Amino acid sequence: MNRRIWAFLVPILSVVFALIVAAVIIVLIGQNPLVAYKAMVLGAFGNVQAFTDTIIKTTPLILTGLAVGFGFRAGLFNIGAEGQMIMGGILATVVGMNLRGIPPALAVPLTMLFGILGGMAWASIAGYLKAKTGAHEVVTTIMLNWIASHLSSYLITGPLAVGSGTPKSPEIAPSAKLPPILTVGAMELTSGIVISVLSAFLMYILLEKTTTGYEVKAVGFNPYAAEYGGISISKNIVMCMAISGALAGLAGALEVMGQYHRFLGTLSGGKGFDGISIALIGQNHPIGIIFAALLIAALRTGSNNMQFVGVPKHIVTIVQGIVIFLVAADRIVRTIVIRKKVKR
Amino acid sequence: MMKGIVKKFPGVVANDHVDLFVEKGEIHAVVGENGAGKTTLMNQLYGLLKPDEGEIYIFGKKVSFSGPGDAIKHKIGMVHQHFMLVNNLTAFENVVLGMEPRKGIFFDRKRAREEVKKLSEEYGLFVDIDAKIEDMPVGMQQRVEIIKTLLRGAEILILDEPTAVLTPQETKELFEILRKLKQSGKTIIFISHKLNEVMEISDRITVMRQGKATGNLITSQTNPREIARLMVGRDVVLTVEKTSREPGEVILEVQDLWVKDNRGLDAVKGVSFAVREGEIVGIAGVAGNGQTELVEALTGLRRVEKGRVLFRKHEITGKNPKILRDFGIFHIPEDRLRRGLVTAYPAYFNVILGRHMMFPFSKNGFLDHKEIRKFAEELFERFDVRPRNVDLPAENFSGGNQQKLIVARELSFSPKLLIVAQPTRGLDVGAIEFIHRTLLSMRDSGVGILLVSMELDEIFSLSDRILVVYGGEIMGEVKPEETTMEEVGLMMTGHRLEEIRR
Ligand SMILES: Nc1ncnc2c1ncn2[C@@H]1O[C@H](COP(=O)(O)OP(=O)(O)OP(=O)(O)O)[C@@H](O)[C@H]1O
Ligand SMILES: [Mg+2]
Repeated sequence: MNRRIWAFLVPILSVVFALIVAAVIIVLIGQNPLVAYKAMVLGAFGNVQAFTDTIIKTTPLILTGLAVGFGFRAGLFNIGAEGQMIMGGILATVVGMNLRGIPPALAVPLTMLFGILGGMAWASIAGYLKAKTGAHEVVTTIMLNWIASHLSSYLITGPLAVGSGTPKSPEIAPSAKLPPILTVGAMELTSGIVISVLSAFLMYILLEKTTTGYEVKAVGFNPYAAEYGGISISKNIVMCMAISGALAGLAGALEVMGQYHRFLGTLSGGKGFDGISIALIGQNHPIGIIFAALLIAALRTGSNNMQFVGVPKHIVTIVQGIVIFLVAADRIVRTIVIRKKVKR
Repeated sequence: MMKGIVKKFPGVVANDHVDLFVEKGEIHAVVGENGAGKTTLMNQLYGLLKPDEGEIYIFGKKVSFSGPGDAIKHKIGMVHQHFMLVNNLTAFENVVLGMEPRKGIFFDRKRAREEVKKLSEEYGLFVDIDAKIEDMPVGMQQRVEIIKTLLRGAEILILDEPTAVLTPQETKELFEILRKLKQSGKTIIFISHKLNEVMEISDRITVMRQGKATGNLITSQTNPREIARLMVGRDVVLTVEKTSREPGEVILEVQDLWVKDNRGLDAVKGVSFAVREGEIVGIAGVAGNGQTELVEALTGLRRVEKGRVLFRKHEITGKNPKILRDFGIFHIPEDRLRRGLVTAYPAYFNVILGRHMMFPFSKNGFLDHKEIRKFAEELFERFDVRPRNVDLPAENFSGGNQQKLIVARELSFSPKLLIVAQPTRGLDVGAIEFIHRTLLSMRDSGVGILLVSMELDEIFSLSDRILVVYGGEIMGEVKPEETTMEEVGLMMTGHRLEEIRR
């Protein structure tokens, strides 16, 4: 079967299958799956409020998904999106805090830029280590995650701490906040979603249309052939980790600028790790990742509503798990098939 | 045994009503051009592919396989050209993998080892069963593969181009084994492009051409010329004519080159030589005597420990492949799947690998897909790459056509110096003739060529000068018309020319 169609079908079929399995479980616990699913859909998209909530949750997930997905395309397993997101968030906060009196036209891009740089620098450490010493990025990014996490809790309990209660940093300057495009009650939908969708399109163009994309994917598929083709593997590793980290850093910056307006300990809250599942479900394709992020966000917002009709919200964790399992299994099967077919 | 087999891939009919009758206890050779459909046919017999039409009978019984598991149950075993062994396990662990004898729930290591040992002794399949796969020569890895199929009870053995990667000595040993297997009643299907091997080992031959079985011959009643004609559809020149030519200026100079292998041991030990314009310098030697490392060092893929490499008097030691290509140094690598191609990329992406950043393929950092496609289509036409589908991923081309793709690419950018390793490995006689002609015409137009090959015939018929390597050193330099195969053979086993001619 055509590879493209297959790549498209697998995640969809996996979701359908996962929903069926979850339905069986719901029946087993004595509830009506149709009622539960209806509540879930309504909870995610049922009204403006629900919809806004879903989109807000989608925004950083697209970016962390892109971060991990881009790494995968280049043959890198960036598990560090979490840490990179934290560093992006911190740097955006520190810069944003100090921009009082600067007009938004300058303050917003500047804050965002520093968020990007924060993630970029953090990921580049892992990239550099891999290029220079061969240290595997899975190991180094996990270590960097811990460092970032502890560093940020130190900062918001120490030098940056304000107020009492949960540790948090001061607010960023009003001019550094992303202006809302839609305000629903206490929720603000900001242009962040536009920026993350735009990032997906930029990544698509980079990968599919440019010479750099040609090189990145060549290294991802077969580093030996890429090297033979005059592509510097180490340069590619550093560059791709940097781009990957930039995307995660941007996720952190947007959370600060659009949502919390400050740095909180819970800012990243595992969204960097969600990026791994999202990249997998989205088949590392930028557009696929947008939909995968939307799916995960919708499951999360919808699950709260499902709880009201008596179905535990952990059902969605099962759904998510099954989807990832199936998508990953398809990968494994395909890798084996490809290995077997290696031509004479 | 296989009747009316049809297998279609998008755009190609890989097998077009092919009949293959193999008798029990014989060695049956399948020969045919690259892309004729041999591998496809065998993959169906082994259950890896499902035929679109046709029937398969094994020992007179009609069968239908939905996977290799079924084929194994019917006592069919296959040794693929690219082995499927786990590199960091030992030989016997690989053999028993997936069918480990057990004691309770534990792996019965001792019994496993004994079973494997018994089998290997029975058929003279000498292997060091406790050595890791990655430390073994190819020939031994292949024997491990054979033991693996035998342990699973194979009565019918399919060997897809088993000799393509073997040294002449290893080939001889393999043939001994095949004869023993035949004596004990096993049936062997043997694919090869080397007609002299087919003549030597087989009982009967099926010839394939463009997806069809075009001939069924009894080996003792035929000759290589007839087989070649049936394969290609015309008379084939088995050795090309070489005109004599005065070489020009020195284009490549290597001075006291030292290179290490992957394990960090010296692989090339102080080698010095030169290649001139319009000259083919052949490097002969048994595989594993530093040729791979030498070529990689010259093409910027491996570090030079000591010594210098000069291109037209410019120092190019340790320069990366991109800079070397800018100089006009192009490289046909020995391992085409690993080095030469990004197999997941479509063909039109592969024909620009190495030049992808150049105008007109890349404009302001963006790829011009239309321009690249046009270029690829022209190349396909000029070098007769089949099928003529530039969008097909490189992995879906037959071995020979993959090689043509690489050769086409490397020759198309007007090279000044060509470094060529095993250019005709796995190629059919027609394609070999084509590549030999192309290399000679490059030489005639003034290109300097360094040719590394394990095929002595190839070295002799193409080279102007022959360097023989052994243990990372040059044993001597001879002209093909002033030496003999025996002399070169002696040097290949470690005797210096001075010693021999004394
Ligand atoms: N998965 C595939 N998709 C499309 N075409 C394919 C695929 N596999 C093989 N082909 C095509 O089928 C034809 C037969 O290929 P096959 O590998 O059987 O040739 P072969 O006789 O083994 O050649 P060689 O001697 O070069 O190994 C070729 O034209 C090849 O390009
Ligand atoms: Mg083949």
